[in-house]
Amino acid sequence: MNLSHLEKLESESIHIIREVASEFDNPVMLYSIGKDSAVMLHLALKAFAPGKLPFKLLHVDTTWKFKDMIKFRDDIEKEYDLDLLVHINQEGVKNNIGPISHGSKLHTDIMKTQALKQALNKYKFDAAFGGARRDEEKSRAKERIFSFRDQHHHWDPKNQRPELWNLFNTKIAKGESVRVFPLSNWTEIDVWQYIYQEKINIVPLYFAEERPVIQRDNLLLMVDDKRLDIKDYEKVQNKLIRFRTLGCYPLTGAIESSAKSVEEIIVELLESKNSEREGRAIDNDQIGSMEKKKQEGYF
Amino acid sequence: MDLKKFFQDQNKKNQIKILTCGSVDDGKSTLLGRLLYDSQNVFLDQMNQAKAESEKYGTQGKELDLALLIDGLQAEREQGITIDVAYRFFETPKCKFIIADTPGHEQYTRNMATGASNSDAAIILIDAQKGVLEQTKRHSFIVNLLGIKHVVVAINKMDLVKYDQNNFEKIVNEYKNFTKNFNFFSTNYIPLSALKGANVFSISENTKWYTGLSLIETLENIHIQDENVKNAFSMPVQWVNRSSSEFRGYSGTITSGKISKGDLITTALSNYQTSIKNIYGPKGELNVAFTNQSVTLTLKDELDISRGDTILTKDNKAIIKADKFAAHIVWMEQESMLPERNYIFRFNNTYINGQITDLVHSINVNSYEEIATKRLNLNDIAYCKIALNKMHSITSYKNNHQLGSFVIIDPYNNKTIGAGMIDHALRRSSNISWHEMSINKETRSKQNAQQPCVIWFTGLSGSGKSTIANILEQKLYTINKRTYLLDGDNVRHGLNKDLGFTDTDRVENIRRVAEVSKLMADAGLITLVSFISPFRSERQMAKELFQLGEFFEVFVSTSLEECEKRDPKGLYKKARAGELKNFTGIDSTYESPENPDLTLDTKKSSAEQLADQIINFLKDKKIV
Repeated sequence: MNLSHLEKLESESIHIIREVASEFDNPVMLYSIGKDSAVMLHLALKAFAPGKLPFKLLHVDTTWKFKDMIKFRDDIEKEYDLDLLVHINQEGVKNNIGPISHGSKLHTDIMKTQALKQALNKYKFDAAFGGARRDEEKSRAKERIFSFRDQHHHWDPKNQRPELWNLFNTKIAKGESVRVFPLSNWTEIDVWQYIYQEKINIVPLYFAEERPVIQRDNLLLMVDDKRLDIKDYEKVQNKLIRFRTLGCYPLTGAIESSAKSVEEIIVELLESKNSEREGRAIDNDQIGSMEKKKQEGYF
Repeated sequence: MDLKKFFQDQNKKNQIKILTCGSVDDGKSTLLGRLLYDSQNVFLDQMNQAKAESEKYGTQGKELDLALLIDGLQAEREQGITIDVAYRFFETPKCKFIIADTPGHEQYTRNMATGASNSDAAIILIDAQKGVLEQTKRHSFIVNLLGIKHVVVAINKMDLVKYDQNNFEKIVNEYKNFTKNFNFFSTNYIPLSALKGANVFSISENTKWYTGLSLIETLENIHIQDENVKNAFSMPVQWVNRSSSEFRGYSGTITSGKISKGDLITTALSNYQTSIKNIYGPKGELNVAFTNQSVTLTLKDELDISRGDTILTKDNKAIIKADKFAAHIVWMEQESMLPERNYIFRFNNTYINGQITDLVHSINVNSYEEIATKRLNLNDIAYCKIALNKMHSITSYKNNHQLGSFVIIDPYNNKTIGAGMIDHALRRSSNISWHEMSINKETRSKQNAQQPCVIWFTGLSGSGKSTIANILEQKLYTINKRTYLLDGDNVRHGLNKDLGFTDTDRVENIRRVAEVSKLMADAGLITLVSFISPFRSERQMAKELFQLGEFFEVFVSTSLEECEKRDPKGLYKKARAGELKNFTGIDSTYESPENPDLTLDTKKSSAEQLADQIINFLKDKKIV
């Protein structure tokens, strides 16, 4: 009997997740509230059923996430009785760091990359799951499933451990850590198909609805709260929109869409001409920008 | 759009993992760019980015450089070469492809083996202008060694040889000739121009003489059969699920065969026998589960089986409990592999320490000759014998890729330094068991009224090791302690007179001395060892032979400068003059201890004072 390709991916991811639980002292699952995190969490719950997850979840909150994301996160925590930690870079909060006042690069560095490092250091996690996929971005395509980080959480793309078969090298020295990507071999369409087949709950922002938006630079931004600082020449319009990926709301462009269900999203996706990261301001602020962020410790 | 049909089709699609290998400039990135582009798996924004970059870094003038869709990392874009394994995804109406893109230049063979380990098929690119190169042979050898069964030989840049049939056939014959002993199930040859798109997705007008399929059709038609499904059941225990006091399940991914409720099973290492009570798959309870599924099994009896063990059905005769085996290994690290050095072997569900005891031969991957060898360097491939420090369930790589493979890890820096494929278990040694003697170390130390131990002096030549050790031995003698001093020069005149000063011989030198000092400590003696012992790993290996509190590393920290100034035997002078090769500190490295039990500074104190310092240290440790 041959497994379908989705069943193969599912099995492979469960294997990876169990491997981490078996070999590391203090793993954590980075939970970003998005669809990939939802799939990763779903797989983790399956890996240890009927038991509870043998590790905590961590959400690095930049304080600029969509309100609906935070609500969804809190609901999921209750529904699955999860042990979820939330970390905010208080230093950044004190200095009022934000994407509008300081730009995407500085904001992402301080509120996301630095915040993540703070949290990893604070709780002394030795392994952290992330929901990244290799088809997302060119530098991700080169990353291992078990991606080694030095004591400063840095990634060295030229000095990665060879990864053969499914024999992951989980050996690290004190202070070092590993980022683990169980969804490495999934594509965007695989994720959506799995969400559909498994009826996985996702944040409502993925579904089209009339929402207040403005056009700024090349992005269609949703007016999620007052901090967006709308200029006189910017017009707030109600449009039927949805999001292909979710991040900080002033950095995440919406797309005009009428897809109100997972089925409709999949149809739209199959007909779409743009990749999902296109709506992300942070990828495009310099050439090779994701790779630079990753070397510095971004997920 | 009919979504239901779409999902049905999606679920019917085969997933095929393909390795691409070629030399630098064979046009591999261009081919991959072409596959993505022509299969319409490139998004508009990715295209635009590649277009922008084409203008900056491209090699195709104003045309879109397809290679730039592929060459991911910034560094490569600047150098115009690919440096690591990258994974690409694209699909056609029939198949989902995952491509492992690996670099062709020689020093990155390890990446190719990495890509090959998870691939079902391989595309081997040959530049039609250059024909079969050494690297083509190397790549084909690795593809065969890693057990890939389906090979597509893509003879690229046909546009530059005017799509000449003779040129194509000459390369085909050459390729057939050197791979005739390989275990490929299928080999297809395709004349190609990735740049022009010829024979990639459709047959080109320019190669009317070619009667085969296009590259993409060839790939779609590869029939991948998982042989493991037909074999007897095996599942390495990955995780013990004890989610409540009533529930004890064994989780893992099935590596061969199938299992049903009620089946009788046995465990490879602990040798329990029981039967399957229940099977849980990702979607809940199952009556039967198959190869590649991640499941949790519950058993009829309450047993204590742990990670590292393997659950089997009784008819599985291919898995043998053993601690020695023969294997092919690929060395992946700058630092050489030396026999007898301690390494960590990572198997499917466990780590076991062990040594490569015999290097049977290495293999020249260009000529496929077997060569006698004493060490392995980066990218070397060899056949060797391995001894583990404990029993493991061993099966051949041929029988099962998941269970028959391993990686080798350096215990000192945790790097992955090699990969291996098991050939067969060696059972010879399981008949020799250690003879328990009724007079043992304890009874001897009681009789001697002393606690035996080893004091291991390490330091450069001329640092003062032997001088201090001599004085120490005299002092111990005067307080009625039984001692023995093993000195580097003396041992090299007898026991180790067959050894020279190469790294390989230095490792063996220390191994023998460590074993001798162990016998002496066992005989109840306080054993002083005065050896340069330049490598950290061998000192660690020596230390691991002893129990806690039995082995003390004493670092005589005299600097190279000072040793050279003293030069009591005139050796530094000779080494500097080039008359002595492999001299520690000059053209052979000395690795200082990171955590010695004692560090002696010969500049501040006399040898006499330093010997007293050791006596005081031994008093603290209750040895004297």
